Amino acid sequence: MTDLSGSKDPKAVAEALAAATLAADPVAGAELTAFAAPSRNQWWDVWDQFKVHKGALTGAAVFFIIFVGVVFGPYVWRISPTYIDFMAMSAGPSWSHPFGTDPLGRDLLARMMSGGRISIAVGMTAMIISIFLGTLVGVVAGFFRKLDGPLMRLTDLFLALPVLPLLLVMVMLFRQALANVLGVNMGIFVLIVSAIGVTSWMRTARIVRGEVLALKEREFVLASRSIGTPPRRIIMRHVLPNVMSPIMVSATLGIATAIITESVLSFLGLGFPPDFPTWGRLLYDGIEYMQDYPELVLWPGIAISLTVLSVNYIGDGLRDALDPRLRR
Amino acid sequence: MLNYAIRRLLIAVPTLLLISLIVFALLKLAPGDPLANMPLTIPPEVRERMRVALGVNKPLIVQYLLWLKQFFVVEPAHAFDMLFGTHFSAGMQRIISWQTRSPVFDIIAQRLPQTLWVVGLAYVVGTLLALPIGVLSAYKQYSIFDQAGTFLSMVGLAVPPFFSGVLVILVFAVYLGWFPSIYNTNLVVDSWSSFGEQVRQMVMPVMVLAVQTTAQISRYLRSSMLDNLGQDYVRTARSKGMGESVVVLVHVLRNSMIPVITVIALGLPAIFGGAIVTEQIFKVNGIGQLLITAIYANDIPMVQTLTFIFAILIVVFNLVADLLYGVLDPRIRYD
Repeated sequence: MTDLSGSKDPKAVAEALAAATLAADPVAGAELTAFAAPSRNQWWDVWDQFKVHKGALTGAAVFFIIFVGVVFGPYVWRISPTYIDFMAMSAGPSWSHPFGTDPLGRDLLARMMSGGRISIAVGMTAMIISIFLGTLVGVVAGFFRKLDGPLMRLTDLFLALPVLPLLLVMVMLFRQALANVLGVNMGIFVLIVSAIGVTSWMRTARIVRGEVLALKEREFVLASRSIGTPPRRIIMRHVLPNVMSPIMVSATLGIATAIITESVLSFLGLGFPPDFPTWGRLLYDGIEYMQDYPELVLWPGIAISLTVLSVNYIGDGLRDALDPRLRR
Repeated sequence: MLNYAIRRLLIAVPTLLLISLIVFALLKLAPGDPLANMPLTIPPEVRERMRVALGVNKPLIVQYLLWLKQFFVVEPAHAFDMLFGTHFSAGMQRIISWQTRSPVFDIIAQRLPQTLWVVGLAYVVGTLLALPIGVLSAYKQYSIFDQAGTFLSMVGLAVPPFFSGVLVILVFAVYLGWFPSIYNTNLVVDSWSSFGEQVRQMVMPVMVLAVQTTAQISRYLRSSMLDNLGQDYVRTARSKGMGESVVVLVHVLRNSMIPVITVIALGLPAIFGGAIVTEQIFKVNGIGQLLITAIYANDIPMVQTLTFIFAILIVVFNLVADLLYGVLDPRIRYD
């Protein structure tokens, strides 16, 4: 038998052990060799599974292109979204304006890129707020039995709120107040992002609570509790990493919902102002000229739909990829 | 079961009270003066008298309780009077809209039929379309029909109604000219031609709304059917020699409908809430449009009442969905 006591590297130990067993017993050795195969990060497994889902892969590619386009596009396409070209009002697509111009002569490609930046920023930030709140409530409710009842009642209460009317009311009522404090653009951004975040955390909270309740009874949590780990550290080290999968799925889907909600608000005229337009606002502004210049409505509409569709497909694929029961 | 229902009802009452308090507080916290739209020439003392008349000078808690009383006592009493010709509510102050100075519930009663017709019909159409699609795509899983159905429902969920509505107007109203783009509420249906007119103006809003319902419900039904198709009782039914249509449409479909029916019930409050966006696009003057105009006009009693009605509907239909689940599925026991 090889002497393993000096070796610290677990991989070397495993390989040596496998080789030794293979010599003695070929069948058991083969199993051990499988174990000794280079240990893989679990995210590689997830990626392997994700790749199988054609729709998710396409969705990821499309979202990546849109994301890169709106983030880095303005550095390549250097026309300002507010620059007014009097020579080309309501022009169709041409080499100087690939998407055409609006009735004021502003370049639509540039406007789409700046609008997309805001739309996606709103989607991401609102998602982060909603995921943070949802995870916080879910973990606390699942982990601390005393708080479970009150927090879940709170969740039910929020689920019973009519969300869209309340969002509209919140934006209508606090727009001016926040604009005075933070400036017009920042004020409306903060207001919309926090309003969407505060009204959309409930699903995440419920899912996370369910997972935490199940996790809490597992042996490794019991073990760490029995060696006196404080609850805070159990949550950070053992519980949170294990509820990452459902959180990631609902985070992905949350971006899509937030983008749609924001564009609904903008569409109803209660979102971003026309000089700081998102895709939803661009669409709303385009409706007036829809009959003569349908592309004013088409570009933002297609952008919103494509983003939401691709994000939803990514979420679908992630859900399959993160579920070990479905893994091949 | 009865016990559970009673307990849920008892929980629903404080929930609703809390929601009403949240709605009330949110609207009261906000800056915004009900007299902001009045001419500036009104002298201060008259302005003060107007405030008293509107009741906005009282302490907040009094205003809140007054509103609750109006909502839960005066308005039901008035509705009872209207129905049976009694006079219980005589002399009581009803909830008055600041915008139109007429009782809020009268306006809601005027607007509700349009919303129920358009949004309700869309829900029915969407559900009826979803049933065969869901059944077929589960029965022929991974077939072309299933793939196409799944893709289309993903698209249906991703395209927001304000875009699909605008697209539909562009194609069917502007280019093809088949349907009117604006919903005419004053149309009286008294002949075949006006009936045709009514149908034509309802096609587009119903289509836009039904797509979303179909997409959602067909996906639910598909996954629920798939769960059931693999069950033992299906094999038993087949091995007894039952026809495939009986197995799928009677045995599997009936069991698969249980979760779907609760999903359908959960979607019902949205019908009464009206489709805010769709009503706005097609100019249907229903409840959703009423809410939007009230928000624009800072008409607090109207917004407050409508939002609270929506909350009641959500709570009630959540309860109905849970109870339905228990009634339909004998395996579920509420204790």
